[in-house]
Amino acid sequence: MKNNWYKFLAVGLLYYVLIWGFLGRIPRQPVLHETARNLYFHVPMWFGMFTMLSVSVWNSIKYLRSPQTLFDTKAAEYASTGILFGIVGIATGSIWARYTWGAWWTNDVKLNGAAIGLLIYFAYIILRGSFNDEQQRARISAIYNIFAVALLIPLLIILPRMTDSLHPGNGGNPGFKPMDTEHTMRIVFYPACLGWICLGYWITNLRLRLKNLEQIHQENS
Amino acid sequence: MKKILSLITFLLISVSLFAQENASNEIDMADKLYEDGRIYVVVAVVATIFTGIIVYLVNLDSKISKLEKQIKK
Repeated sequence: MKNNWYKFLAVGLLYYVLIWGFLGRIPRQPVLHETARNLYFHVPMWFGMFTMLSVSVWNSIKYLRSPQTLFDTKAAEYASTGILFGIVGIATGSIWARYTWGAWWTNDVKLNGAAIGLLIYFAYIILRGSFNDEQQRARISAIYNIFAVALLIPLLIILPRMTDSLHPGNGGNPGFKPMDTEHTMRIVFYPACLGWICLGYWITNLRLRLKNLEQIHQENS
Repeated sequence: MKKILSLITFLLISVSLFAQENASNEIDMADKLYEDGRIYVVVAVVATIFTGIIVYLVNLDSKISKLEKQIKK
């Protein structure tokens, strides 16, 4: 029970978000209208992705400092959960873009940055699959992972702030200012981010335990 | 002087009122959906889907725990 608190937190927060995300009041905005509620669902995907990928690269660094298989598997599994969040984020963003900006895909810096970032991480998975030697795979993919994060941050965080972007608040500092002057959205948005991060942690944890069982099974047989 | 001041304040108030009206009433929102209470249907559907996913995850979790216990033995 003691180690399960984050699961309860994830479920509780996400129930709150799913219910209050629809029932809560949101500011009246032109263009966005009720789709502004997507802030509770689309944006937390990216927060989840960033958290998962940060934990992944942290484990990669730990692996390079002391090469233990556990760190490598952790890096891989967190990265794959991060990629899942990223794919869902880009898909939901595309749907939202269709109804607010008028096209499934626009040449917005942030969109292209997200697409390139995801491709970089797909390459990480392919890279991992292309080694037979475990140590070689772990070491090279750990280094690649660091490069991937080093590219992802300018692509998604720095560059969109430097040019014009359709995303609110870009070409400047993004925030709630254009979205929410009454703070009614913050009380749902922050729990949403935390809830999805906890859920991502749970899913990754399940995958890690499964990997561990697989390994024990292989060693025994 | 007083007349001009009161005129200016009146103008400012009316401008701010106009701005408020503009901001709040002319933008289409799903007010009808909320008045009808049909939004609860959407919430119920979403909550049901989420419940399903969570039940699935809890099941998976307990299955993995069982396997872990078996292997420990």
